[in-house]
Amino acid sequence: MMSVFPSTAAAKAAGRGKRAAGAASDAPGPPKSRSQRAAYLFIAPLGIGFAAFYFWPLLQTFFYSFTEFGAFGGNTWVGTDNYVRVLKDVTVWQALGNTLIYCAIGLLALPLAIGIAALLNRRGLRGVALYRALYFIPFVTLPVAVGLVWNWLYNGDYGLINEVLEWIGADRRYWVSDPSTAVYAIGTVMVWSTTGYYLIIFMAGIKGIPQDYYEAAELDGAGPLRRFFTITLPLLSPTIFFASIICMINSLQTFDLIYIMMAEKNPAIGDTQSVVSLFYKWAFIENAQGAAAALAFLLMLIIAALTLVQFRLQKRWVHYA
Amino acid sequence: MRESSVRPTSRRRFNAGSAATHAALSLGALVMVFPFLWQLLTAAKSLAETAKVPPTFLPDTWNWSSFEEVFTALPFRDMLFNSVLNTVGRTVGQLVFCSLAAYAFARMQFRGRNVLFALFLSVLMVPSSLLVLPQYDIIQRLGLLNSAPALFLPGMFSAFGTFMLRQFFLTLPKELEEAARIDGASSFRIFWSIMLPLVRPALAALAVITAMWSWNDLLWPLIVNTDPQKMPISAGLTSLEGQFETNYPVMMAGSLIASLPMLVVYVFLQRHFVQSVALSGSKS
Repeated sequence: MMSVFPSTAAAKAAGRGKRAAGAASDAPGPPKSRSQRAAYLFIAPLGIGFAAFYFWPLLQTFFYSFTEFGAFGGNTWVGTDNYVRVLKDVTVWQALGNTLIYCAIGLLALPLAIGIAALLNRRGLRGVALYRALYFIPFVTLPVAVGLVWNWLYNGDYGLINEVLEWIGADRRYWVSDPSTAVYAIGTVMVWSTTGYYLIIFMAGIKGIPQDYYEAAELDGAGPLRRFFTITLPLLSPTIFFASIICMINSLQTFDLIYIMMAEKNPAIGDTQSVVSLFYKWAFIENAQGAAAALAFLLMLIIAALTLVQFRLQKRWVHYA
Repeated sequence: MRESSVRPTSRRRFNAGSAATHAALSLGALVMVFPFLWQLLTAAKSLAETAKVPPTFLPDTWNWSSFEEVFTALPFRDMLFNSVLNTVGRTVGQLVFCSLAAYAFARMQFRGRNVLFALFLSVLMVPSSLLVLPQYDIIQRLGLLNSAPALFLPGMFSAFGTFMLRQFFLTLPKELEEAARIDGASSFRIFWSIMLPLVRPALAALAVITAMWSWNDLLWPLIVNTDPQKMPISAGLTSLEGQFETNYPVMMAGSLIASLPMLVVYVFLQRHFVQSVALSGSKS
């Protein structure tokens, strides 16, 4: 296993070198080399954990993605076969499409959260803490519990949602097993359960906007809507940027709700499978670890690419005060 | 509206706009909370009643036996206990390992600090699913499959926790450390008895958010602990879905019990939840 840290001797030498170069400050304390060693000791436990459970696995996955797992252990090198398989597999492209749909739907939580945060920002409004608490509850709740109750609400025969729809004259549907609606049904639950999280982020962001801006705008006769679009939204844009990156990265990794809400025999399973749920199926059910590792790398590339695009685009719309 | 006579300003506040705001917000709040209410009402119904068309809102007769049935249908008690072990293990681990490293990165001078910090932060960018295959291998080689440490080992180390605590350590004044150093205190002593108490709010915030992620985590437990006796409740409840596909009262009762501990933690430590989320959002 590779070590992330320079040896103690190297650290000492480094400390000495730095001191000799006159970089050491005149701060009181033990010789630089000793405090350097202390610093490495402070970092060591986390460093060892990271090396064992993050850095080393990353290298391993990269290695796995070029191998085929034998049924009785031992991997054989297959070059880029796994990547070719992944790119040729129809289910991968389907999962990729679904994942992008989840991402697009998941982002709807942001405008919702901004709207609610703006409403809660109304001066003199009572019960702000209570509203915030109620909106955040879905996010705190066990995802399994969330998935189960929504499956029950969506139930085609006895579900409450169909009952309400019938009452207003709409058609009843088998929401979660109908391939044309299943992905949206799951996406809706995603939005429902994450809105509260972004709400808190946006409330913190709005709090950072100086109140005098609003007062000045009010004196100039700007109404609430006008104030929202000319003050809140632009000044909130760094927060919106941050939240949209988090939201995108999280929804590209959707797994829990799909696993919980879709049974293996569900006819819509192919239409809801995300990249991560497909990865899980390949790696731990179908024992295609090599291909699964390649798929995971593909996901990482997509996340990196989309994040990069967002960073590039930010110049166009993010205003730093 | 008795208060309005005491404070004349509040009469002005309670205008049409404010009423509309409250109406919209309450409607939203209802949407957020209703599924849980429906869970409770369903759990209290008889199995036959849940299959009624149209569904009844309140149970015909309140029947709480589902809450007992869950404990016989699954090793529910063990699962809850495993969840507690997982949550405590990850939370304590993160508090210890992340605070140590965060302190060094924020307050100590050493060679390679920035490079190491960037390397550590890079963990944030890697999707967790990318790592689970080799992580599973490591756990298996250590002979830890279907054990409590398997649940919490990788989760004890967190880049997010380190980053968040570092931001806090950075804000502390330098004089405290210097004074202690003149008095001859060791680095660890300065960290432990002077600096750590000062970042207690951040530690609390990290603890609650880590506890929540740990309690709710699904993918990793599904992979490493497949023995029902060793599963946490997050994974355990999914097997209930398989076995009792149509027994909604039992499923809803199980969901409620399993969500309850985090809801209680949330109600009591709301301030820290909010702080941890707001912190993660503002420090970009």
